[in-house]
Amino acid sequence: MARLNINGKFLDVDVEEDTPLLWVIRDHVGLTGTKYGCGVGQCGACTLHVDGVATRSCALPVSAVTADQKIVTIEGLGADKPHPVQEVWAELDVAQCGYCQVGMIMAVSSLLAQNAKPSEDDIRSEISNICRCGTYPRVLAGVQLAAQRMAANKG
Amino acid sequence: MNTKTLSRGDVAPSSVSRRSFLAGAAAASFVLGFTIPPRMSAAAQEATAEVNAWVVIHPDDSIQIRIARAEMGQGSLTGLAQLVAEELECDWSKVGFDLVSPHENLKRGKVWRDMSTGGSRAIRGSQEYVRTAGAAARSMLVQAAAQGWGVKPEECTVAKGVITHAASKRSTTYGAVAAAANKIAPPAQVQLKDPRTWTIAGQPLKRLDTRDKLNGSLVYGMDIRLPGMLVAIPKACPVHGGKLKSFDAAAVSKMHGVKHVLRVDDETVAVVADTFWRAKTALDALPVVWDEGDNAKVSSETIAAKLRDGLSAETNFVGNKTGDAKVVLAKASRVIEADYSFPYQNHAPMEVMSATIRWTPERCEMWGPTQVAEAALEAVAAASGLPIESCVVHPMRIGGSFGRRLVTDYVRIAVLIAKQIPDVPVKMMWTREEDMVQGRFHPVTQCRMRAALDQAGNVEALHMRISGQSIMAYMRPSVMTANGDPIAFQGLMPGGAEMAIGYTFPNLLIDHAMYNPHVRPGAWRGVNLNQNAVYLECFVDELAHATGQDPLAFRRKLMANHPKHLAVLEAAAKGIGWDSKPPAGVYRGLAQVMGFGSYVAAAAEVSVTKGRLRIHRIVAATDPGHVVNPQQIEAQIAGSFVYGLSAMLYGECTVKDGRIEQENFDSYNVMRLDEMPEVKVITVPSGGFWGGVGEPTIAVAAPAVLNAVFAATGKRVRNLPLKNIDLGTS
Ligand code: FES
Ligand code: FES
Repeated sequence: MARLNINGKFLDVDVEEDTPLLWVIRDHVGLTGTKYGCGVGQCGACTLHVDGVATRSCALPVSAVTADQKIVTIEGLGADKPHPVQEVWAELDVAQCGYCQVGMIMAVSSLLAQNAKPSEDDIRSEISNICRCGTYPRVLAGVQLAAQRMAANKG
Repeated sequence: MNTKTLSRGDVAPSSVSRRSFLAGAAAASFVLGFTIPPRMSAAAQEATAEVNAWVVIHPDDSIQIRIARAEMGQGSLTGLAQLVAEELECDWSKVGFDLVSPHENLKRGKVWRDMSTGGSRAIRGSQEYVRTAGAAARSMLVQAAAQGWGVKPEECTVAKGVITHAASKRSTTYGAVAAAANKIAPPAQVQLKDPRTWTIAGQPLKRLDTRDKLNGSLVYGMDIRLPGMLVAIPKACPVHGGKLKSFDAAAVSKMHGVKHVLRVDDETVAVVADTFWRAKTALDALPVVWDEGDNAKVSSETIAAKLRDGLSAETNFVGNKTGDAKVVLAKASRVIEADYSFPYQNHAPMEVMSATIRWTPERCEMWGPTQVAEAALEAVAAASGLPIESCVVHPMRIGGSFGRRLVTDYVRIAVLIAKQIPDVPVKMMWTREEDMVQGRFHPVTQCRMRAALDQAGNVEALHMRISGQSIMAYMRPSVMTANGDPIAFQGLMPGGAEMAIGYTFPNLLIDHAMYNPHVRPGAWRGVNLNQNAVYLECFVDELAHATGQDPLAFRRKLMANHPKHLAVLEAAAKGIGWDSKPPAGVYRGLAQVMGFGSYVAAAAEVSVTKGRLRIHRIVAATDPGHVVNPQQIEAQIAGSFVYGLSAMLYGECTVKDGRIEQENFDSYNVMRLDEMPEVKVITVPSGGFWGGVGEPTIAVAAPAVLNAVFAATGKRVRNLPLKNIDLGTS
């Protein structure tokens, strides 16, 4: 049994301790926005936020997460209104097949929360999610535009 | 949630029969209700205002355009909708889409024609009939309005879905007359618009299917949840062609959540459990004995040795021949020779194989991704043991495919599992490891290039011998010719509208020796154009350097008879600034090819510092004849470069003891954002033909970069991937 705080709600799930958080969220909680890509921490498709930090959930056993840690998935990120990263992603038509994009958006939103003005090099080294469709040029442009937007909204 | 809730101009759910399911969840607050993709029951069709098979218009003026080809990220869904909407002259902001099901297509006499999606054919293969359908619908709608008013249709005009009769100052909307239009006979003939007058097609419109990709609500095949559903994970003999000897089900059947441990077929076992993780945990623990057979003796080395034999073997499979290259080469005073190779690649789409099946003795239903919906339906019928009329396939939007799902192997396995658990919906999911090992691999080839040069540095003869594996011998044996695989010579054919070589040599021989290892091949984005372009374009570059000529000037001489090939090469060269000096430390390379009906070229700029390659910039030029959506073309070209450069840098599936060694992205690395070059896309549509976009440009990225690497280092990379090569400068 594990107690988790997901998207602002507490819930108890009856799972084996070694179950990766990804599969707890997908199969037990029923939120399928977070994707399975590799299961070994390589691709980033399963990225979600744990206390605001982008975390690859496929390689994180549920026993390593405590109830006071706030887990946010894509379903929680733009629940009230779309996150600026989601808005920019729509504007630039970033997604191709879309399968990696949830993880991308979670990685990017976390990056921008920690580094409001990332340099191009920061973006290139921090966003290491795999996109087999090859959306990287628009991902790069999207991070830069989202950073500008978020700075303007604050100012 | 459903696959189309958030698409623009989507319509009232009442128009189609949708099945809502409540999936069981651990906490009530997290119970997830979603709808799996809508499908048209016969009754529901009558209830919709279907103007014709492609166009549905509702009373609120919202429009659904039916899409028969698979959408896997390539964007053809939007392009096809643009072509229909253009002729329909509707309001684009009201357009949504609906995916066609193959069983409906069958039932309605193939009214949506061919549903298969490969060979960069989604748009060019259907543009004419979808445009015709849009124009026919427009004509029927106008006629319906005119009849209602008692006026002549010719007196009415249309703009953005509003029909106007100016003389009587009356107007109405498509939505108001759609039901009446449905009763009108389609016109015998329609006049399609001149593409130069397009206002919806040809525009850089955004995709119709984006919103639900950004908030996690798009249900991919991997995401399906049905009440009472179980999850199955299969494992097939890792040595292709090997057999499943035995497995010890009792060792894992008591494990948490495990429901069944099954023999699927001669070579596959599966664990079925209530969740993915429990199934995987049990499968990993399951003792399995394989009968690997003789293929277990095969390795990359044994395959390479056989292919090497093929470089000099006798063959009568000739793809292109002018004069007598062999005789000229035998007598030549100067011969340049080089051997190349290109390894196995896995498609590795981000979404691995899956299919959800519900089998009952009367009916078999599948939800899942496929590039060949009709073949998937046939596969369901064959594996289920039911007549095809009792089978149903709901194709879903796909998380990347690149040719992998042109094969229905995974569909068959899913049905064979579900058939053993009647009435229970079973979602078969592969692990990434299974996906990597049981791929349908881009085939392995080697190539020997030999050229005879005269004193002035002109090419007198060229012999290109490809030695490699045939895709079609495995995938579609029925299309094999007496001599070999008809697609072996992609990009090298003497002429034609699809895959023609862009050079003229006075004596030319391009031939092929086939050797088919047991590793199962498939069509991988760009298919044989990938290695054929590397071989020819790098070797042409070698010849230019060997004779002290500028690679562009050298090509121009050989390309005089191929103006379209040359035009894109010139455009790419101009785009990179070939005539001016690159910045210090930066070097350039060129490549061109024709494939999938389009002419493409690339010019790359790289630097190599202490053995480390950096690709700074690639300029791509493409002539696809017509452009349906320029910003989607740009996305496809940049995306195909990522795919092609991933193969060039890292992609290599090796064989040891008969098995593919790479099981995940840790050993099968791919390009990421840190290595992404700047990509500039130049589109030079010359009109008069329809070329593909998703694949052709993939083939020019690698040779352009490899030629630039030579310019930078003096090292000629002839064996991919680059990760195995030391580029350290002396
Ligand atoms: S699925 Fe977690 S990193 Fe790939
Ligand atoms: S958009 Fe398809 S994998 Fe990234």
